[in-house]
Amino acid sequence: MSEPTDKAQLGEYEEHPELQESATWSRQTIKEIQRAATEGIYSIRGGGAKRKVPHFDDLLFLGSSMSRYPLEGYRETCDTDVKLGTRFAKKPLHLDIPITIAGMSFGALSAQAKDALGQAAAAMNTTTTTGDGGMTQEERASSKTLVLQMLPSRYGMNPDDLRAADAIEVVCGQGAKPGGGGMLLGQKISDRVAQMRTLPKGIDQRSACRHPDWTGPDDLEIKIAEIREITDWEKPIYVKVGATRTKYDVQLAVKAGADVIVVDGMQGGTAATQDVFMEHVGLPTLPAVRIAVEALQEMGMHRKVQLIVSGGIRNGADVAKCMALGADAVSIGMAALYALGCNSPKYDAEYRKMGSAAGYYDAYHVGQCPAGITTQDPELAKRFDAKLGGRRVENLLKTMILEAQTLARACGKSHLHNLEPEDLVALTMEAAAMAKVPLAGTDWYPGKGSF
Amino acid sequence: MIEIDLDKSELRALNAKLHSLDGKTGEKSFKVVNPNGKHNIAVGVDGELDITIEGHAGHYVGGMNKHANITVTGNSGAGLAENIMSGVVRVKGNASQYTGATGRGGLVVVEGDAAARCGISMKGVDIVVGGNVGHMCAFLGQSGNVVVCGDAGDALGDSIFELNLFVQGNVKSLGTDCEEKEMDAEKLAILTQLLDQAKIKADPKKFKVYGPGRNLYNFKVDNAVL
Repeated sequence: MSEPTDKAQLGEYEEHPELQESATWSRQTIKEIQRAATEGIYSIRGGGAKRKVPHFDDLLFLGSSMSRYPLEGYRETCDTDVKLGTRFAKKPLHLDIPITIAGMSFGALSAQAKDALGQAAAAMNTTTTTGDGGMTQEERASSKTLVLQMLPSRYGMNPDDLRAADAIEVVCGQGAKPGGGGMLLGQKISDRVAQMRTLPKGIDQRSACRHPDWTGPDDLEIKIAEIREITDWEKPIYVKVGATRTKYDVQLAVKAGADVIVVDGMQGGTAATQDVFMEHVGLPTLPAVRIAVEALQEMGMHRKVQLIVSGGIRNGADVAKCMALGADAVSIGMAALYALGCNSPKYDAEYRKMGSAAGYYDAYHVGQCPAGITTQDPELAKRFDAKLGGRRVENLLKTMILEAQTLARACGKSHLHNLEPEDLVALTMEAAAMAKVPLAGTDWYPGKGSF
Repeated sequence: MIEIDLDKSELRALNAKLHSLDGKTGEKSFKVVNPNGKHNIAVGVDGELDITIEGHAGHYVGGMNKHANITVTGNSGAGLAENIMSGVVRVKGNASQYTGATGRGGLVVVEGDAAARCGISMKGVDIVVGGNVGHMCAFLGQSGNVVVCGDAGDALGDSIFELNLFVQGNVKSLGTDCEEKEMDAEKLAILTQLLDQAKIKADPKKFKVYGPGRNLYNFKVDNAVL
């Protein structure tokens, strides 16, 4: 059940300040019960968890005054590059920025939107990532460095695309739905999507939740070796997990031979899944970063196996905080969609016709996105200008980097990777406990010492 | 015929060598000896090569094969010819689980038995098994054909899409949304041709055919939209 924030969707349930609303039986709760009573099925939507969870907003940087020495804001070097895949790959990636574009499928997104993401990533010398629909020629052409996902469904999987990719990401889980497979409803299964996925047109497609040809980390080790053999040990191989049992998942991924581990927190987005899944499964991104870093440190593999963190990364502060907690890079999905124009007020009237509003729209599974992004309808997709969209995502990436550099320089760091947990304090007990940084004004966090 | 001894040569060197050939010019026939159950032999081959593996192979032998004709004279491990695109991968003995998983084309032949999840998530491959298959054969399969000359285990064809499952022997149980279909002339022709291609002797008329009930293709959710 979502927090009662999406008032635009509350319909007839109006605001009555003179009356007392029940905390347990809020209007949102009553509305959901009545929806379930009418429809008899769980609600499916896109986006990610809407509930409030401890997040990077609950952390602050300390900056510098006397005891630390800051760097000059616009002049002194603050590098941002990152190498991914240095453990085993003959051709590791060397990216200019530590912000990558997360996997989003052709199917969930229009080909034009995928093209725009590729253009932005290429302009910033970072990676973009395929999704559950396989690799499209458009995104291979527009992406300088492209990560090919190997998902449980294996839609579109083939050795030519493995060889054409710059890195391969074995997806074992996703933050929005760890333990659940993908969903693409019939409205979005166009001829091309059906052909790429080898499925009848118009069916409601559920992709598998677990891989078909390996079970458990011992098999995954052999599977990864197979991909390396097929691609002659050239490509970095990532393992992506949804944040849940993060310590074990990370350590087993290291054992299985991953070059890079992607940990996706529960605020991470998706094109479609059950609301109950998004809201009630997984770990927030904040604790997941710290757990993943400690898991790597325990094995002596921190910085040797790179860590990419995703799930609710919105701005340069989130980037810098992730890096300070020990991530090597971050990945953005929802932020990139919003940059492309998803939920723009320009389309408010059309969102309202669908029972939503600008700023609230999350029915990505329906395929009627008025901005032409989460759709396979050629007429709607035509509204989307890939060049402009690409430019907008590029601008977002630039802004995020400038912000992260600003914070790093304030802490006296000449590289984003030099940020450290000691640069951070927490505003809440929860965030202090999860990030293992002191509660602001103290030298203590819950779990440290005798408390 | 080039002989490669995996006791002396690295697997990586073998695969790299195979990847460098298209089978149209240059070397074409290979014999791999002393495989001793090693994993990932002859994966990602993309050429009209004839490769014989003398002995037992481990997981993923012939994985993602394109065009090559690969034969394992012994048994094979899990994921035989996974995601095969084209060509033929044959095992003269038995195969472990996930045979032909996600395969998109070509032919996989197991002359003995195949274990669980044979043809899982298959996307166009044809699989012919001379003996029995274990449980969940063709689970989530999307397209292609499976021929089982012996018996099938539990949950045959669970959650399948558009594919044919031909079984000569007993079926322990059918999976969700899998049902017996009429063996019409078209299906009989497919079966006859596959047995012929696989060089497996059996009487097509003794088989039954199973396929999708198509009851799971759409959610009952005309109003699941918020």
